[in-house]
Amino acid sequence: MTEFAEIWSYLSETPLLWLAATLGAYVVGDGLSRASGRKPYVNPVLIAVVILAAILWASGTPYATYFEGAQFVHFMLGPATVALAAPLYANLSHVRRVALPLIAALLAGSITAILSALGIAWALGVRGETLLSLAPKSATAPVALGISEQIGGSPTLTAVLVILTGIIGAIVVTPLLNLLRIRDWRARGFAVGVAAHGIGTARAFQVNETAGAFAGIGMGLNAILTAILAPLVAGWISAL
Amino acid sequence: MILNLALLLLFQLAGEVTARALSLPVPGPVIGLAALVLAFLAVPGLAGRMQPTAGGLLAHLSLLFVPAGVGVVGHLGVLGAQGGPLLLALIGSTVLAIAVGAGVFVGVQRLTGGAE
Repeated sequence: MTEFAEIWSYLSETPLLWLAATLGAYVVGDGLSRASGRKPYVNPVLIAVVILAAILWASGTPYATYFEGAQFVHFMLGPATVALAAPLYANLSHVRRVALPLIAALLAGSITAILSALGIAWALGVRGETLLSLAPKSATAPVALGISEQIGGSPTLTAVLVILTGIIGAIVVTPLLNLLRIRDWRARGFAVGVAAHGIGTARAFQVNETAGAFAGIGMGLNAILTAILAPLVAGWISAL
Repeated sequence: MILNLALLLLFQLAGEVTARALSLPVPGPVIGLAALVLAFLAVPGLAGRMQPTAGGLLAHLSLLFVPAGVGVVGHLGVLGAQGGPLLLALIGSTVLAIAVGAGVFVGVQRLTGGAE
C-alpha cells in the first residue's frame, strides 16, 4: 500500500500520467468510432471526455492537475489551426469557383446560429448574462470567449456552450444533411464549420478531405463574422 | 517534419503577434493560417512538403479538443437551473444553422449557374 502511495505521489507530480491518460482515452474513443464505421453518435471527443472525467472524479484529481499534463495536447490546437492552410490551399480552385455560395452560406449560417440560439433560449425564459453568453457559441473557442466578455456574458459559461455546440454539431451533421439530401461535400463541410467550429471540422475531416477543408474555411470566416455580428445583436437585446 | 513543425509554430507566432499588435478580433492561429496560404501561393513547392505534417496533425484534430472538453465537465454546473433551456437552444440552433448554411450554399450555387 505504501508502495502504491509512493508511486501515486510520483505520478501526480509529473505531467506524464495525464498526458498518457489523455492519449489513451482518445485511442479508446477513436477505436470505438472506427469500429462503428464512424457512426456520428459514436463521437471520439465525447467518449474520451467521459472516460477522463470519470477517472478524475474517481481519483479525486482536480482539473488543474490534469491540465498540467494535458496542456501539451491542448497547445497543439494552435499549430493545427495554422495547418488548415494545407487543405485550404489544395482546395483553392474549388473555393474560387464557389465564392458566391460560400459568402451567402456564411452569412445565412452565422446569423441563423446566433438568432435561433437567442430566440429559443429567450422563449424558454433565459435572460441577462446567461442569454448573452449564448450569442458567440458557434465561433471557435478563443474568439467566442473574447466576444462573451466584451458583450457582458460569462466567458466560463460560453466555454461550456462552445464545446457542447461543437459536439452537438459533430453528431447531428451527417444524419441531418443525409435527411435533407444535400450531398455536396463543400456545402456539408462549410455548414458544419460555420455552425460547429473546430469540433465540427474534426468530424468533417473524418468523413471527407474536401469537407474538412471547407469546414476549416467556414470556421475561420465565422470567427471573424461572429466577432462583428454578436456585439450588434447584443446591443439590440439590451435595448429591448 | 521538424522543419514543418517549426514553420507552423512560426506562422502561429507571427499571427499571435499581429493579432495583439493591431488588437484584431481574430485569433492569432487564424491569421497564421491566412499567412501560410499566402506563403503557399508565393512558394508553390512549400505546400507539397508541408502536406504530410499538416495531414497527420489534422487527421487527429479531435484529440486536441479532449483537454478542453474535460474542463467543461467540471463546469457543467454553470448551466445551473437554465441547463435544460440552454441545451435545447444549442441543439435547435446548431441543427438550424447547419441546415440553413448547407441549404443556402447549394441553392445559391444552382442560382449562379451551378458550374460543377
